[in-house]
Amino acid sequence: MKLRNNPAISSLLMVSPLAAILLIFLVLPIVLIVIVSFWRATEFSIVPAFEFDNYEFLFGSSVTYTVFFNTFKYALITWACTLLIGFTVAYYLAFHIRTLTWQIALFLLCTIPFWTSNIIRMISWIPFLGRKGIANSTLMSWGAIDVPIEWLLFSDFAVILAFVHLYTLFMVVPIFNTMMRIDKSLIEAARDAGANGAQILWNVIIPLTKPGIMIGTIFVVTLVMGDFITVRFMSGSQSANVGRLISNDIALLQYPSASATAIVLLLTVLITIGTLLRFVDIRKEL
Amino acid sequence: MEPRPRSFYILSAFFALFILFLYGPTITIGILSFQGEGGGLTFPMRGVSLYWFYDLFEQQAVGDIWGSFRRSFVLGLMVMVVTVVVSVMGGLAFRRKFPGSNILFYLIITSLVIPSILISLGVGLLFSQSGLNVHWSTSGFGAQLTWTLPFGLLIMFAVFNRFDKSYEEAARDLGATPWQTLRHVVLPIIAPSLIGVALFGFTLSYDEFARTLLTAGSYNTLPLEIYGMTTNVTSPVLYALGTLTTVFSLFIIGIFLCIALTTNRRRARQDSDAGKGEV
Repeated sequence: MKLRNNPAISSLLMVSPLAAILLIFLVLPIVLIVIVSFWRATEFSIVPAFEFDNYEFLFGSSVTYTVFFNTFKYALITWACTLLIGFTVAYYLAFHIRTLTWQIALFLLCTIPFWTSNIIRMISWIPFLGRKGIANSTLMSWGAIDVPIEWLLFSDFAVILAFVHLYTLFMVVPIFNTMMRIDKSLIEAARDAGANGAQILWNVIIPLTKPGIMIGTIFVVTLVMGDFITVRFMSGSQSANVGRLISNDIALLQYPSASATAIVLLLTVLITIGTLLRFVDIRKEL
Repeated sequence: MEPRPRSFYILSAFFALFILFLYGPTITIGILSFQGEGGGLTFPMRGVSLYWFYDLFEQQAVGDIWGSFRRSFVLGLMVMVVTVVVSVMGGLAFRRKFPGSNILFYLIITSLVIPSILISLGVGLLFSQSGLNVHWSTSGFGAQLTWTLPFGLLIMFAVFNRFDKSYEEAARDLGATPWQTLRHVVLPIIAPSLIGVALFGFTLSYDEFARTLLTAGSYNTLPLEIYGMTTNVTSPVLYALGTLTTVFSLFIIGIFLCIALTTNRRRARQDSDAGKGEV
């Protein structure tokens, strides 16, 4: 009876498992990473300390800047590609498919790969892009090239291709979701007022779809910026982003310097997201 | 119906290409996994055989594939159950403001957008510094929850944003206790979305890699095992394993979709019992 009288307490009780999980597996680990980033690494272990050496080394090294530049480059190019493809696909599903059943069916077709393994989906590019792969042999049989193109697999091209392949769904879903909520009478009104297709797209649909685009952007940008597997696998260990820098340090048991890099990466991501969140209220858009 | 504009056909072609782009590579390794015994990682096919699948079942030198599959499966079920229960409770609680609700909301978003390697590193450090051993069922389990819970909660927020509160009010007016309202009114209405949350929970855990990397300990989960194989296995056996896991994922997705469809149909049939009740 007391619970019913005090809704705040019953709410708090209901979120307590959630809060506990996030506290132990999100907040504490971040706090610990912050602490360890000031520690010192010896050859075999890490020792508590309070020094800025890890950060000084990080900001003093030219590698850091190249790697951060690379990370932003991947994020920007992937974002542009996924936005273009994702918007077009969502637009097609929302405005050109006329029955709800078909919309749902085609939408599911787009989302099913999301529930399968990313690693397998990366591996599956090997027979396409390899030296003797499908792309090269097709181009050679057409006579378009004489020698196989070397930069298809294990290159920046392959990295971005894999990113686009893995993450376009994260654009399609939120954009489609916002588009489905656009009142169709607005489009009819625009048409009645004499707008052509391009004008309707530019002046009506795109402005109304912005929240979905923002949410998709947040997903894609954070996934790409935090990635370390795709870059390693698809570039054949030839390119690096911040995630790989961290994972290399971890492999060498250099936890303090890995932590310092991780904190800088986290701040970069949070600032990016904070900026994007100013343009959209996520809770209203769900 | 008005005739289709020309843009429809262009966009249809674009959509078809997109689907080909999404599924093409997976289908290719599906075909290549039936490569003949002497075949390599790419076309041409040197005969058609089940050689590489047999190889997968016999050869244990590659690693502990079946053990890792069992662990991934169990872990997926654990993550699924916890994700559903915690997301529903969280979704219900977030319908009202409570002290700290804003902070908690931003924590959920952080959990979603945080680079996975930070979870891996941080949880790994947490366990090693407190003298605990990392294990897939403890540290790995928690690390995966930081990935599945935000998805579950966002789905629940979306569901409760559209939830018609008058059903609950009606139940309350008829004298139902809060528990009865939840059990007989709210849960049946949101049940189909729970199937969605469960699907996310299981599949995201089953395929999760980056957050489990440093938190699984000495017993690998399946994605970790596959990742290990990519560095030292250069035969189509990799494709055979890839094909099997993908088929398994599709099977799971199929089961969930069937459950969703049957629940919807059953509901449509028993749509309303107005006028059929006993007097």
